[in-house]
Amino acid sequence: MHAFANPARFLKIAKPATTWLLLAGVVLAVAGVIAGLTLTPPDYLQGETVRILYIHVPSAWLGMAGWMGIVAAAISQLVWRHPLAAVAGRATAPAGATFAAVCLITGSIWGRPTWGTWWEWDGRLTSMLVLFFLYLGYIALASAERERGGEGRITAIYGLVGAINLPIIHYSVLWWRTLHQGESIGLSGSSIDKSILWPLPLTVIGFTCLFGAAVLMRIRAELAETKVEARMRRMSR
Amino acid sequence: MSQWPFVIGAYAVAILLTAGLLGWAYASMRRAEAAAEELTRK
Repeated sequence: MHAFANPARFLKIAKPATTWLLLAGVVLAVAGVIAGLTLTPPDYLQGETVRILYIHVPSAWLGMAGWMGIVAAAISQLVWRHPLAAVAGRATAPAGATFAAVCLITGSIWGRPTWGTWWEWDGRLTSMLVLFFLYLGYIALASAERERGGEGRITAIYGLVGAINLPIIHYSVLWWRTLHQGESIGLSGSSIDKSILWPLPLTVIGFTCLFGAAVLMRIRAELAETKVEARMRRMSR
Repeated sequence: MSQWPFVIGAYAVAILLTAGLLGWAYASMRRAEAAAEELTRK
């Protein structure tokens, strides 16, 4: 992993990877969205609102995956002192927060015609809202720590502590059997019919590629900003 | 009650927020890399 510690070496890979992730993400996400809106049948119970699944599930996955990325970056920083880890953590947070917000809003829009309410203080919904606020806290803390010239250790510890919320989100539908339905897609299969399910992998992979592209772009921006700040400091001496 | 306005609304939110994230990330990257290149040239 330390092979990528050199920013020049990292950028050599990150620059073409950004373009490829963007292209693949746009093609797959657009294909999945079009297929989800036009080629699949309405559900016998939910009707047309089942189509919200194709954007809600990828955003839920990415909202949680973003925090897993923050945890991986925090461990790399605290244990191996990887020089790019703090940058990677800070770059992941805005993308994770965006997709957590998309998950909450699309879920709320789906809930109105299906459950008859925009919001319910259900275990899954509440723990996802907590994740969104954790992201906001992480962004504010990382920004404050960076402005003070810190190494980002407090932010990394906050990232590790916030990971407690991930199993709560995952198991919330089992622990508190309230409004949100149980797991419909698992490792052993899915309870959703194949005629409805097939565009979902397209949007999941597509939005994941777009998430990756956004993170890489933010890492590149931070590395360039650091380069400018270092040069300005040298010039001012 | 027609369900399509809910579907369209959800897709609009997802597309706008994703495009906003990508647009912001791209603009900040281009701005920072242009400033770094400018300093290298000086």
